Amino acid sequence: MPIVFIPSLLRKFTGGKESVVIPGRTVGEVVRNLDQQFPGFRDQVVENDDLKSSVAVSIDGDLAVGGLLEQVSESSEIHFVPAIGGG
Amino acid sequence: MDTPQTHQFKVIGTRPVRHDGLDKVIGRAKYGADYSFPGMLYGKVLRSPYAHARIKSINAEKALRLPGVKAVVTHDDFAPQTTAPVYRMGGEAAVNPLYLASNILAKDKVLYAGQGVAAVAATSPHIAEEALGLIEVEYEPLPIVLDVLDAMKPGAPIINTTIRRKERPDEETNIAGEFQFKRGDIEAGFKSADIIVEREFRTEMVHQGYIEPPNALGIFSGDGHATVYTSTQGPFDVRIMSATLLGLPEGSVKVVPAEIGGGFGAKLTVHIEPVALLLSKHAGGRPVKMVMTRTEMMRGATGPTSGSVLRVRMGATRDGKIVAAKCWFAYEAGAFPGSPVWLGCFTGLSPYNIDNFLVDGYDVLVNKPKTSSYRAPGATNAAFAVECVVDELAQRCGMDPLDFRIKNASREGTPSVMGPKFPRIGCVEVCEALKRSAHYQTPLAQVPGKYRGRGVAIGFWINGGMQSSAIVNVHADGTASLVTGSVDIGGSRASTAMVVAEVLGLRAEDVRPAVADTDSIGYTDGTGGSRVAFATGLAAYQAANDVVRQLKERAAKIWEISPEDVDWIDGKAVSKRNGVAPLTLKDLAPRLTRTGGPVTGRANVYATGVGPSFAGCLVDLEIDPDTAKVQVLRCTVVQDVGKAIHPSYVEGQMQGGTVQGLGWALNEEYVYDEKGNLRNASFLDYRMPTCLDLPMIDPVMVEVANPGHPLGVRGVGEVSIVPPPAAVANAVSAAVGTRITDLPISPPRLYRILAARHG
Repeated sequence: MPIVFIPSLLRKFTGGKESVVIPGRTVGEVVRNLDQQFPGFRDQVVENDDLKSSVAVSIDGDLAVGGLLEQVSESSEIHFVPAIGGG
Repeated sequence: MDTPQTHQFKVIGTRPVRHDGLDKVIGRAKYGADYSFPGMLYGKVLRSPYAHARIKSINAEKALRLPGVKAVVTHDDFAPQTTAPVYRMGGEAAVNPLYLASNILAKDKVLYAGQGVAAVAATSPHIAEEALGLIEVEYEPLPIVLDVLDAMKPGAPIINTTIRRKERPDEETNIAGEFQFKRGDIEAGFKSADIIVEREFRTEMVHQGYIEPPNALGIFSGDGHATVYTSTQGPFDVRIMSATLLGLPEGSVKVVPAEIGGGFGAKLTVHIEPVALLLSKHAGGRPVKMVMTRTEMMRGATGPTSGSVLRVRMGATRDGKIVAAKCWFAYEAGAFPGSPVWLGCFTGLSPYNIDNFLVDGYDVLVNKPKTSSYRAPGATNAAFAVECVVDELAQRCGMDPLDFRIKNASREGTPSVMGPKFPRIGCVEVCEALKRSAHYQTPLAQVPGKYRGRGVAIGFWINGGMQSSAIVNVHADGTASLVTGSVDIGGSRASTAMVVAEVLGLRAEDVRPAVADTDSIGYTDGTGGSRVAFATGLAAYQAANDVVRQLKERAAKIWEISPEDVDWIDGKAVSKRNGVAPLTLKDLAPRLTRTGGPVTGRANVYATGVGPSFAGCLVDLEIDPDTAKVQVLRCTVVQDVGKAIHPSYVEGQMQGGTVQGLGWALNEEYVYDEKGNLRNASFLDYRMPTCLDLPMIDPVMVEVANPGHPLGVRGVGEVSIVPPPAAVANAVSAAVGTRITDLPISPPRLYRILAARHG
């Protein structure tokens, strides 16, 4: 199952856990399952059925450009990170 | 295996003259202020004299009666906005449209001196200027706060009364955002340290210092469509921002990007574009041209970058292994939320593999202009603090500063500060190249009566991917054109055209690149985040390969074989079936008409596989003991560039970023009086380095191919600005024997340090 690394400011929703192994074939499913296990998590990263505009997801080190629709594998490492800007 | 390192390119890696070079050299290139239309009006903005004040009333009656005045607008003429963030305004990050509109034309309160309050369109710039003086604005001045630490204290004047911290929803605050990255056991890490260094650093607000002030020419046509000609890094950003602020459908606004005289991040947002459109709308659709003065630009209507307070504590074992790091960063956001503090939090420690760290960052409102992006936003501040502490740790461990960095360097597979593991990166290679450089190998000679020092630092930038579109058209004479939506700031026309030429087997000169308006090319994110050579280059590569696919079909038709039996090798169609002579693009181009018609390749990408960048800076300098003026004697910049498409323009980026970093280190700062007025709002008083101040910056390119790009390309535009301030501070520290903690290291500041230490 994919492993999700929890940002430090959201660990209060996961009882302090830094990472959680959770089922899911897409980022959306993973978030839904996380929210079932840790109620309130979804609202921190999702808005209007899409990732919040301030949030990005990294899967195995690369940006998940498909947002909640992005597929994940059984061995994926998933990180929620701030959305990037540049100069 | 054929890799970007081993492949024998014919075009990539060469140094042709840039396609846009001649027009720029002879003055034919068209910049924003060069556009004119019949019946054009001139727009000017009335700006606040107060750093914080309530707007009690605005009366424009006298201004409107002045002959030649055609329109006056204020914030209330924008479409009503909310604070709900709008996605895709400003690339992948969100933009708050109410804040965006209020920063351009104030709503209810002015929050910094120089903020727009009202705008005028008139038949001449002079009449518009005169009309500004006739607009009566009644202000109620409010207490101000300029210092980031003061702004965080309880009881500080509150700039935005709607902002709350999540933990304290009942308290008004100037802390608009909080970020944290954490790993391991920070206390246990420090307990295992033999040496701990802890310091507090300060940096001041600085400006990007681009030559061309912001400008816009807006035409609001009678059929509900609008057109903006402007100098911008992000035409599609201008489109959605302007459309949102005017309440128009996004597709009804066309943005025509002019040539751009620098931006460095500041021109990724709108400054006066929506105002030009609004004035045009209120003036019956007449074109309205607006060009900021240098003073307007510097006072902050365009967004400088954050000053900051940075606290860093790091511990290492005696043998030079960093075991713990704790960082506390507070960045000035300016008057509206959105400093790049989280990028500072992310980037500061990223060059190092540290098991235990805690990084806290705060986005703090002050009565200064809203900050905007500046080349590797947020990273330079953080690197200044971290790299000075790393330098001191190395010194106290008795290690060479580069050996210390190499020992602790992030490598492929090291988790970044945000968590995801690094792909193949060149942090170690950059340090090793610095160490091997002739500069590092040559000891710095001391001169009696002067202080001399050498300093080194490294820096990290994540780089961007995002969305790009490209079209390649094949012409009957065997040349091609490339159309993209990426404004060319640093030579990206040349680099993307070279990619197409490489794939198609043409000379660089045979591919004519063009930057299209927003109606003529697919969505393309702005030129920022060091993304264009990478992502638009990828789109160009894919579009060229789309052309190759079609050319193989045409060759197959001519040879009466299947397209699967045609290869494309070294720019030629080659039959696998028979011994016919290969066909080049120049052979095929005249035969397109009889084989199916025109050939156009296209690609739209949302680029993944971004390769982060590392850079290092080595500085020798000399300090005059009488004046405390710092003279840079020698400077070398080393950067992992992935694969340099056009080495000269990559070197130019490295040198340009380094020069900006040196200016940030030595002289540049916003100087405010106690009322919040900027006292150095011109290039005469805001002291940027010129070619007379600096030696040749020696660039050394390291090519560690990015595995996420078919040509190994990494972004190259930003990271070189990150290490110079720390390198300079470390060099000055070495020269005078006192650790430098505040930027800029200007003569007055350094003189006080010298006086305290040496009398």
